[in-house]
Amino acid sequence: MNHLMRSHAPITDIAWSQLDAEGRERLVPALGARKLVDFSGPLGWGYSATNLGRVSDVKAPGENLQARQRKVLPLVELRAPFAISRHELLDADRGAIDLDLAGLDAAARRIAVAENIAVFHGWPAAGIDGIASATTHEPITLGTAYASYPGHVAKAVETLLEAGVSGPYGLALGPQEYTGVVETTEHGGLVVLDHLRQILGGPIVWAPGLEGAVVLSLRGGDFLFESGEDLSLGYSHHDADNAYLYLEESFSFRITTPEAAVALTA
Amino acid sequence: MTDTAGLQEPESRLSPATADRHRAIASLQEELEAIDRYDQRVDATSDAALASVMAHNRDEEKEHAAMLLEWLRRHDAVLERDLRTYLFTSAPVTEIEAEVEAKVPGDSGAPGTAGTFGVGSLKGESL
Repeated sequence: MNHLMRSHAPITDIAWSQLDAEGRERLVPALGARKLVDFSGPLGWGYSATNLGRVSDVKAPGENLQARQRKVLPLVELRAPFAISRHELLDADRGAIDLDLAGLDAAARRIAVAENIAVFHGWPAAGIDGIASATTHEPITLGTAYASYPGHVAKAVETLLEAGVSGPYGLALGPQEYTGVVETTEHGGLVVLDHLRQILGGPIVWAPGLEGAVVLSLRGGDFLFESGEDLSLGYSHHDADNAYLYLEESFSFRITTPEAAVALTA
Repeated sequence: MTDTAGLQEPESRLSPATADRHRAIASLQEELEAIDRYDQRVDATSDAALASVMAHNRDEEKEHAAMLLEWLRRHDAVLERDLRTYLFTSAPVTEIEAEVEAKVPGDSGAPGTAGTFGVGSLKGESL
């Protein structure tokens, strides 16, 4: 058994299987940031910090000594608790395949949104810079004229090319921007989403938690997500009515090339 | 470009991540096949110097294969979980499988993978 304590839960194998399947199904569509940045790991729950390869001077505890201390970026633990009815879980063993897992669905959304926010907008308390806030390029204003988005995205790609940042390029869209893009056609009937794909040469992702949009290079080595424990489902406690579970992960995120992205503001 | 001859589905329907994994898998196949060929030729030749050169080359292919396998591990969360379960163990392999299947789901004990959804990298996937 590990720290997730799953074997202590009053949950059968069949119910665990449904919870695991539902959790993954809800998480993957919302994890927009992971579809664009480099991912390494998972390195395990016991992995605590990302090596930054740098040192700072520290006072030595004696004469004629030099001392330096390694710099690291500690991983952050992120947990989304939720409750599931025990009666509902027992119905899984009776063959029910339409369990009410609303608590799990909401938790999956919360933790995916938090991961996207950390990557795109940063998490200062955790020492994480976000792609949209760290970029050195001037932001491009999008507005709500969705038919003009291809022009804005083409401008962002040109900015990256001028900075010597090669492609392919990807586009992350906040929920409002995504909805606007998929509903809009340009003059001549070309779907905006298809036009954007032609400009970018890379994926377009839906990223709840992102405000506005971000164009970034997918060449690799610029945006590094390091996973300790990848998204997991654990057990906290239970009472007569509910099992109290949680989604959890540990990670760090760092940017080595801030100029490899352009922010597009709403 | 992708080795389209080895693709089972139209290239236009593949995500960039799947296309890259295909490239790595095809390369790994080629390295393993080269190891097998060199092994046989080392056995077959009666020239000791030639056998030495080919044994050296064969062992370099093993390094290449290991590098490709590691890349695949980093880009396939399920493969990562299974490699952590089976590699560098000493128990009979089929016993390890039986032990894993007998455990509570998610409690495989493998570091960083027990109870996870196995999401891993999604880089290159759309929407």
